[in-house]
Amino acid sequence: MSNEAVLHSHDVHSHDDHHGHHHHESFISKYVFSQDHKMIAKQFLITGMVWAILGGLMSVLFRFQLGYPDAEFTWMKDLLGKWVNDKGQITAESYYSLVTIHGTVLVFFVLTAGLSGTFANLLIPLQVGARDMASPFLNMLSYWFFLAASLVMLSSLFVETGPFSGGWTAYPPLSALASAQPGSGTGMDLWLIAMALFVVSSLLGGLNYIATILNMRTKGMSMTRMPLTIWALFFTAILGVLSFPVLLSGFILLIFDRNYGTSFYLSDIFITANNVGALPNEGGNAILYQHLFWFLGHPEVYIIILPAMGMVSEVLSVNSRKPIFGYMAMVGSLFAITILAFLVWAHHMFVTGLNPFLGAFFVLLTLLIAVPSAIKVFNWLTTIWRGSIRFTPAMLFAIGFVSLFISGGLTGIWLGNSALDIHLHDTYFVVAHFHIVMGVAGIFGMFCGIYHWYPKMYGRYLNNTLGYIHFWVTLAGAYLIFWPMHYSGLAGMPRRYYDYAQWESFKQFGDLNKFITIVAMIVFAVQLLFLFNFFYSIWKGRKVRSQNPWGATTLEWTTPINPGHGNWPGEIPEVHRWAYDYGKDGQEFIPQTTPVGSNETNHH
Amino acid sequence: MTTVSSHERKRLHPHKFTMWVALASIVMMFAGLTSAYIVKKANAKWLEFELPDVFWYSTIVILLSSLTVHLSVRSFKAREMARYRVLIGITAALGVMFVVLQWIGFQQIEAGGVPLFGFDSNPSASFIGIIGGLHGLHVLGGVVALVYIFLRAYIGAKKVYSSTGLEIAATYWHFVDGLWVYLFIFFKWL
Repeated sequence: MSNEAVLHSHDVHSHDDHHGHHHHESFISKYVFSQDHKMIAKQFLITGMVWAILGGLMSVLFRFQLGYPDAEFTWMKDLLGKWVNDKGQITAESYYSLVTIHGTVLVFFVLTAGLSGTFANLLIPLQVGARDMASPFLNMLSYWFFLAASLVMLSSLFVETGPFSGGWTAYPPLSALASAQPGSGTGMDLWLIAMALFVVSSLLGGLNYIATILNMRTKGMSMTRMPLTIWALFFTAILGVLSFPVLLSGFILLIFDRNYGTSFYLSDIFITANNVGALPNEGGNAILYQHLFWFLGHPEVYIIILPAMGMVSEVLSVNSRKPIFGYMAMVGSLFAITILAFLVWAHHMFVTGLNPFLGAFFVLLTLLIAVPSAIKVFNWLTTIWRGSIRFTPAMLFAIGFVSLFISGGLTGIWLGNSALDIHLHDTYFVVAHFHIVMGVAGIFGMFCGIYHWYPKMYGRYLNNTLGYIHFWVTLAGAYLIFWPMHYSGLAGMPRRYYDYAQWESFKQFGDLNKFITIVAMIVFAVQLLFLFNFFYSIWKGRKVRSQNPWGATTLEWTTPINPGHGNWPGEIPEVHRWAYDYGKDGQEFIPQTTPVGSNETNHH
Repeated sequence: MTTVSSHERKRLHPHKFTMWVALASIVMMFAGLTSAYIVKKANAKWLEFELPDVFWYSTIVILLSSLTVHLSVRSFKAREMARYRVLIGITAALGVMFVVLQWIGFQQIEAGGVPLFGFDSNPSASFIGIIGGLHGLHVLGGVVALVYIFLRAYIGAKKVYSSTGLEIAATYWHFVDGLWVYLFIFFKWL
């Protein structure tokens, strides 16, 4: 079936219409129940941004507790009610809830749905030359399942016993026993429902992305002519489609343990709270959940970072006015990371009593990831090496991504060693590592994409000055927040604790914690500046006047400045070359749609 | 557009392809559950019990239904609509019958003194309940899809002449059939 037929198979009337004049769209069909991939991308982005702000605010709140454990912020009582005790401090219970929901929301709702949901939807049809996704309807459902998941998760913040508070990994028994603590009650039920909806959303999305990339490329767009963004989003979707179902199976067993008295994860448990006493469950194995969880959980970190890598590759090349260095090596390393992602999950479980002999293999496979990662880093550096660099905000965020990926990646080599992990496990060193390499790097990839493709999304530019302030404060802030955590982590400071004041060994980090809290507040404030820039520019930003403002080669810049549903008013353009002909034969750039000239040098 | 579409026609239909990817995803879910079963089996307090014979009948029923759905696709393509109607009806009925037989099987396990769920249950039985139950839900999903496609061909302003939707449903049907054969062998002999 052709693109045309797929796009309009739900709409008989428009079969004969020319694409230039569109059938009438009501407000509801255009903005709410939209089946246009570009609108769905914006829906994912804005919902993701709402969650980023909420999740970020949560981190500021628990940083208050860590930085000022003795302060009495009585005004917080007025804002947060029962989350704050009478002295004006966040209660221990709500501290754990904040940490848990911050993790869940940032990993899944922001950096999975907000990142790959946005850019897979926006870029896949535009860059492979398709009028829409393979199934625009499933694509719409994918967003609505995500929104439903969001609403259920949001509602859990308001239940009386509070949201779930057993950590974002939801290990049993805290997640399996409603009586274990207040947060394990209704909050956990809602958490599970939200996550199940989220898995469905992510599967529907992933199916579509894979089918679109493999089946709906325009004429001439062979796999090796695709921009690296598409390769990255392709592998991301494969990771999601193959690993989220395993998480779902883990959740299903958990639901039965919670509600139907089975003993998959539970054995020999005694609860002192509320005089519950000994539980009848026998023969369960809590580690089984960890295996199922981390079989998704590890690929999940690549689900977050691969789209960022793809966009960074594209933006670095466009703004260095040079072809990407080692295109096939970039594709190969993405592939290697995808394979290895499924083979390293037990490195999260070195201290669970895992057989050290087995652990050795997981160490080896984990350290192997350094090889494709290093290939990518060197290729990025050689791409910008002696380029004519244009320091747009998108480019700065791309370079910032590379910097963060190196800093955070190196500590991954430490943590991947099972011997070192005995000391480092569950300390602030881990927090520093994954926040830099996955959290902040992922967010930087997302900002890089937003600044670069904003003109395509809204037909206007973001304000550059605000963009530069946003970049420099965020970069400096990210390092100032997470760099010191390496030191406290090496000193053995455990993560997830409510108050360190009782420990002689960790008291010394009191001032450091205060410093981190202050920087966290400043960085959060700067994100509000970005938020202002984003929404202000939708209506008041400088208008895009040229079709191809960055001088890029890829297909999305051959569409009109404000493309309608269907993307190209006439025929879909044909592709004649790869996406990285910059500075070739003395020409600044050659779009993919330009036929190969007879006097051209070697050609991809 | 003509050049582009003729170029694309040679490829697999995007919706068909989407179904194949979805099947890979379902495979991963059951792979996760059955590997959890293997891990759990190696732990202490694993209860061994015999599967009731009714699962042999359900296996035969679902294998038969695969045959009928295959024949129904062939009759649809040959435009033998009367035969198609009968065959698709039989397939859907066999699907429902399969789920009923599975249900009876679960009841017989419980009647044999092995509860599937609840505090006195053993994970070995709970796994069968959950994995078999999830598989049954997938079969019921297939029945709904078949009925929908069947009705779509007759009810409504425009008739659907394309066999694509039916073929996709048939692929799914063969898949849940094969999945049950795998699960049956797994539970029976592993």
